[in-house]
Amino acid sequence: MWVDLIVTVIKVLVVSTVLLTGVPIMVWVERRGSAMIQDRLGPNRVGPMGLLQPVVDAVKLMTKEDLTPEGVTGTNRFLYLLAPAIALVVAVSTFIVVPFGYDPGLELFGHAIGGFVVAPDLDLGILYLFAVGSLGVYALVLAGWGSNNKYSLLGGIRASAQMISYELAMVISVVGVLMVTGSFSLDDVVLHQAGTWFGFIPKWNVIPQLIGAITFMVAVFAETNRLPFDMVEAEAELVVGYHTEYSSMRFASFFMAEYINMITASSLIVVLFFGGWTLPGIATPGGWLGALATIGIFAAKVAFFLWFFVWVRWTLPRFRFDQLMALGWKWMIPLAVLNFLWVGVAMALGYL
Amino acid sequence: MGGPLEPLFDVEEMELSFGPQHPATHGVLRVQLKLDGEKILDARPIIGYLHRGTEKLFEQEPFNQCIPHTDRLDYIAAPTNNQGFVVTVEKLLGITIPPRAAYIRMILAELGRISSHLLWLATHAIDLGAITPFFYTFREREEILDLFEAYCGARLTLNAMRVGGLPYDLPDGWVERCAEMMEAFPAHIDEYETLLTENRIWKKRTVGIGVISAEEAIDWGLTGPPLRGSGVKWDIRKVFPYDRYDEVDFEVPIGKNGDTYDRYLVRMEEMRQSVRIIQQCMDRLPDGPIMAKVPKVLRAPEGMVYASVEAPKGELGYFIVTTPKGSQPYRCHVRPPSFVNLQSLPVLVDGLLVADLVAVIGTLDIVLGEIDR
Repeated sequence: MWVDLIVTVIKVLVVSTVLLTGVPIMVWVERRGSAMIQDRLGPNRVGPMGLLQPVVDAVKLMTKEDLTPEGVTGTNRFLYLLAPAIALVVAVSTFIVVPFGYDPGLELFGHAIGGFVVAPDLDLGILYLFAVGSLGVYALVLAGWGSNNKYSLLGGIRASAQMISYELAMVISVVGVLMVTGSFSLDDVVLHQAGTWFGFIPKWNVIPQLIGAITFMVAVFAETNRLPFDMVEAEAELVVGYHTEYSSMRFASFFMAEYINMITASSLIVVLFFGGWTLPGIATPGGWLGALATIGIFAAKVAFFLWFFVWVRWTLPRFRFDQLMALGWKWMIPLAVLNFLWVGVAMALGYL
Repeated sequence: MGGPLEPLFDVEEMELSFGPQHPATHGVLRVQLKLDGEKILDARPIIGYLHRGTEKLFEQEPFNQCIPHTDRLDYIAAPTNNQGFVVTVEKLLGITIPPRAAYIRMILAELGRISSHLLWLATHAIDLGAITPFFYTFREREEILDLFEAYCGARLTLNAMRVGGLPYDLPDGWVERCAEMMEAFPAHIDEYETLLTENRIWKKRTVGIGVISAEEAIDWGLTGPPLRGSGVKWDIRKVFPYDRYDEVDFEVPIGKNGDTYDRYLVRMEEMRQSVRIIQQCMDRLPDGPIMAKVPKVLRAPEGMVYASVEAPKGELGYFIVTTPKGSQPYRCHVRPPSFVNLQSLPVLVDGLLVADLVAVIGTLDIVLGEIDR
């Protein structure tokens, strides 16, 4: 019992530490990456190659004055204060079902660690993720409402419309993957993708379900409010949208939530469509060394997609809000349904 | 039943004061918006936040000392502001400037045009969410500002022209440096275009946005790229040539549809034409004096004069009234292109969304310095 608890606590601590340190690293990658794309240097003064810049930024944010805008009182003030907390809690708690490595039955203090995932027994897996993840929209709407600022309000309204629309496309494009796997558990999804076709093509879902993978990736960009779908922030139109009025650590909470969501989104892309921790030839290695290798593979794949997020952001212009909705409803959802039909037909004919 | 549907709950328009502190209004412009959701029902530009009384200042200074004030009108493109003023005073006094001075003026003016268009492209793209072109254009703009600095010591407020010619000749090696930059520049324009011109999202955001027909554009008094984007071939450099623009060969690019995308294409092509003009001027740069013989204290005859030049934003005109033997303008009115172009904002954004307002403000390429004066 106690050992069980200790093992879980260690897992939670390790994962949350990795996630929260992932944020400053991502910020650094974003800033240096954008600098590279834009033919400039980027932050390079604090620490080697500017690596300590995010630390300094965090210290700066923590020591800033925490302002509440005038006229935000009573219930609105409660909502205003609650919103960043929701954003951060939702962002951190969605990651607990993501399997980030293979567990060949390892033990810690004589007790099975039960897989490299914080909540191994949550068979709902992906459903839990979507259910909790969709709560994230409350943070944006409440922040927009509670700020007593018209730009924030517009940002909050955009957020609700955008996230609800794209959640549909996202969920439908995942249905194909779940059908092939026959399970909601993300561990099973990954294990299903182990092995190869003809000995060299990895059995990743992206190959038979390319349309699904693309719709999922586009939807994820919209869900994480990244360019070209960052209507919610759209600094040129709405100043910065829902978090215009936030300062200090409350602003930092939104900022961190955004980056944690990016990490979760990249992990999901990897788990659902790019074989998770597997590589052709490496699926279920034994021992601690093998487990660490799978974690390394997973991290490398996630890092690639995180870089992809950065890359896209600094290359493309922004959609207009109505165009984004049109894209979501007229293209993404039909394409996702098409993918789901194709998987159904292919399974019925015995191809998948 | 019958009759119009009653809304289930009260709906009201939202009033939004867009600016004067807003990242996308290009200065201290304020647009009073009436919104239905995100749809613009009414947009009223409110100006005056940058009023400095420039026209009044003109009345207290001798002609040559007015020139620094002109720098601060359209502070993005100071050379054409200087040029407009000195060309007007020269017309009033009947001065012909030496050819070398005219050619150097044209080089400076066209460099100013390029730098202005680069800044326009940078901010316009950033308003539509494309952040990266900003840094590319500023890389080249920096080189142009370095050229200005090498010529007159200043980078933005140049004060680079005098009635009757120029204050300084070009320093040694300047022409070579400029030629080198102009050699490389068209490739840079191609680079910006690869990021934007055929980009699907860019086209979605600009094609068919802020459309104005040729007749309407003329009725509203638009000049410069907003007029040419609607397909009207009107360029002061061609129709009323000043300095030596009649001696150089260049095209006036025009658009077809009068939308934001066409205005974008027009400005991109104008940069290429400016490069052509600069190269021709440098090839033909004559030797000789840079100043006509003018008295130390300029005394104007009584009269009124209007002259205009093609500034990057459109027709920049000066109207000067003088008293007998006056050494300074009795009254000087500036016709800034941005002020007139901005008037068309409510027409251009009618029925569009808030996001398009940003695109339209960007495509008009306004500078509040010359709107408020």
